[in-house]
Amino acid sequence: MLPSPQPLGLIDPDGKRTAYRGHPLPPPEVLRELHRRMVIGRRFDRQAGALTRQGRLAVYPSSHGQEACQIGGVLALGPGDWLFPTYRDSVALLTRGIDPVEVLTLLRGSWHSGYDPYRYKTGPQCTPLATNALHAVGLADAARRRGDDVAVLVLMGDGATSEGDAHEAFNFAAVYGAPVVFLIQNNGWAISVPLEKQSKAPTLAHKAVGYGIPGRLVDGNDAAIVYAVVHDALEKARGGGGPTVVEAVTYRIEAHTNADDPTRYRDDEEVAAWRRRDPIDRMEAYLRGNGLIDDAALDGVRAEAEEVAAGVRERMRADDHVAPAELFAHVYAEQTPQLREQAALLAAELAADADVDQEVPA
Amino acid sequence: MIATMAAALNAALRDCLREDPSVIVFGEDVGPLGGVFRVTDGLAREFGEERCFDTPLAESGIVGTAVGMAMYGLRPVVEMQFDAFAYPAFEQIASHVAKMRNRTRGRVALPMVIRIPYGGGIGGVEHHCDSSEAYYTHTAGLRVVTPGTPADAYWMLRQAVASPDPVVFLEPKRRYWARGEVDPAVPGTPMDRAVVRREGTDVTLLAYGPMVQTALEAAEAAAEEGWSAEVIDLRSLSPFDDETVTASVRRTGRAVVVHEAQSFCGYGAEVAARVTERCFHHLHAPVLRVGGFDIPYPPPALEEHHLPGVDRILDAVARLQWEHA
Repeated sequence: MLPSPQPLGLIDPDGKRTAYRGHPLPPPEVLRELHRRMVIGRRFDRQAGALTRQGRLAVYPSSHGQEACQIGGVLALGPGDWLFPTYRDSVALLTRGIDPVEVLTLLRGSWHSGYDPYRYKTGPQCTPLATNALHAVGLADAARRRGDDVAVLVLMGDGATSEGDAHEAFNFAAVYGAPVVFLIQNNGWAISVPLEKQSKAPTLAHKAVGYGIPGRLVDGNDAAIVYAVVHDALEKARGGGGPTVVEAVTYRIEAHTNADDPTRYRDDEEVAAWRRRDPIDRMEAYLRGNGLIDDAALDGVRAEAEEVAAGVRERMRADDHVAPAELFAHVYAEQTPQLREQAALLAAELAADADVDQEVPA
Repeated sequence: MIATMAAALNAALRDCLREDPSVIVFGEDVGPLGGVFRVTDGLAREFGEERCFDTPLAESGIVGTAVGMAMYGLRPVVEMQFDAFAYPAFEQIASHVAKMRNRTRGRVALPMVIRIPYGGGIGGVEHHCDSSEAYYTHTAGLRVVTPGTPADAYWMLRQAVASPDPVVFLEPKRRYWARGEVDPAVPGTPMDRAVVRREGTDVTLLAYGPMVQTALEAAEAAAEEGWSAEVIDLRSLSPFDDETVTASVRRTGRAVVVHEAQSFCGYGAEVAARVTERCFHHLHAPVLRVGGFDIPYPPPALEEHHLPGVDRILDAVARLQWEHA
């Protein structure tokens, strides 16, 4: 049940196969797909950053550096499985197949969530930390009660493990035997607060043991091990084996969001050291070193990433106009008399504004 | 049948579980024990551990997992053991239960019921007697209802379980043992409407939950003084039935809101404001609030001084007679 003392890894930072043999290396087509998605994800992330600087997004929490966690986790999901993401998991959502513009709806500020959770079997991006872990446990347990072949992956951060809901989620999952996998992306920082001020546990994976859940500690910049361990844990969950906590040790290369200034709390050397452990570089090195990818294929992946970015850029240029009347549309199944009154009030205000606009001389 | 409110709630849950296989009931001690107030008595035995079960002792966990279950198509009915023990669940209620439909532009509904015994009058020690209704009514996206009679307890809970919206169902625990006629064959008034419990012409007493009975007693006593009091049982605290309330107050010209909760920023403040805004030209006197004092809920030895009774209501009614003095 205890995690390994050191993070498990299949591919080391130099792109070499490690000595670890506890999980088989995923087949070449999976490795190539992990790489392809990471390249696209990184490019999307950079594009979102640019859109934020242009004022097209209200805020953007970057996934840079955490691609192996998000993509390794998402690609491990089975067809009936569900995902419960947080606000930092844009790349996970993109990898889930969600329209990139719908991924960005929340951060663009046009609505609180852009995609249909049922279409993508994906909960809305969750901002209050660890609250989504309970939703994941509940959905997983509902599926278990119905006898459905469904497991759930919930994404959390290191900071989230300090929340009471993380504790309650681990405990409920264990007691119910819920088919859920908690993937903790330990990126070292909760905005400005480092992990050592967050927890005195030997590792975050160790916390699982206190609930009777197996904990797994993995190199979060090695997409192969994240995929392999999460894949195993989901399969075990679907088979009635209960929950697993996976801690993926990674690093938040960028600021918390564009509104943050990390120079106030961390050194550039620390960031530089983690850049040398980049998840894409090492996968690329492994694929090249083992003849699993050539220059033409790499160029193809990069061109595809550019295409995705260009598409996002183009589509985000258009304003996403939401009719103000929609403010009242989804509060209850049917509008209450009070909301009907207020909708009429807003409509009158808008009509008055329109009249004033017309009176302004050209 | 004549039933206590607790038995009526139990019957409602039993009928919901029988009729809809997606309904599940869970919370602390709701299984073999049948709940500390016995509202879930016998349900685990009849429907099995999969449909009515005990959870770990953690309210946020109860409500948070209910969110996921409702997303998957179940209809959870969860019990918070006491009003003040529901506070750990408040984040899940305010940030997720209330907002999921809106956040997802109507794609994800959360049909679920959060049952909360509330209010005082049972000699409960600290943290067992809060009137917490205003926390929930201030949260858009929730329906907040509270029955005042056993018949309403049965029908409103049936309607709450069937509702497409999440419902905070507040149970006046001092009335759990009050008896009344319950007819499961005669559908009740829709849960979002107020009802006139007693007709009158001089003043409207606006009450809900535990205070409905007290207001009726006050109206009886007022009649002896020559004042004809109409008593409205609000039933749905959110949304609010302006239509029924406004019609009554425009007729009587006077209104008193009665609740156990502290008056400051209490539910009665909203009612008084709404009534004033809509009935100002019909009012002979300001709308008054009768409530508990603005203090933390007192220990059992002193609670009788805190809770509004017939006398405090009658004093308020007397203050409304000023234009005839």
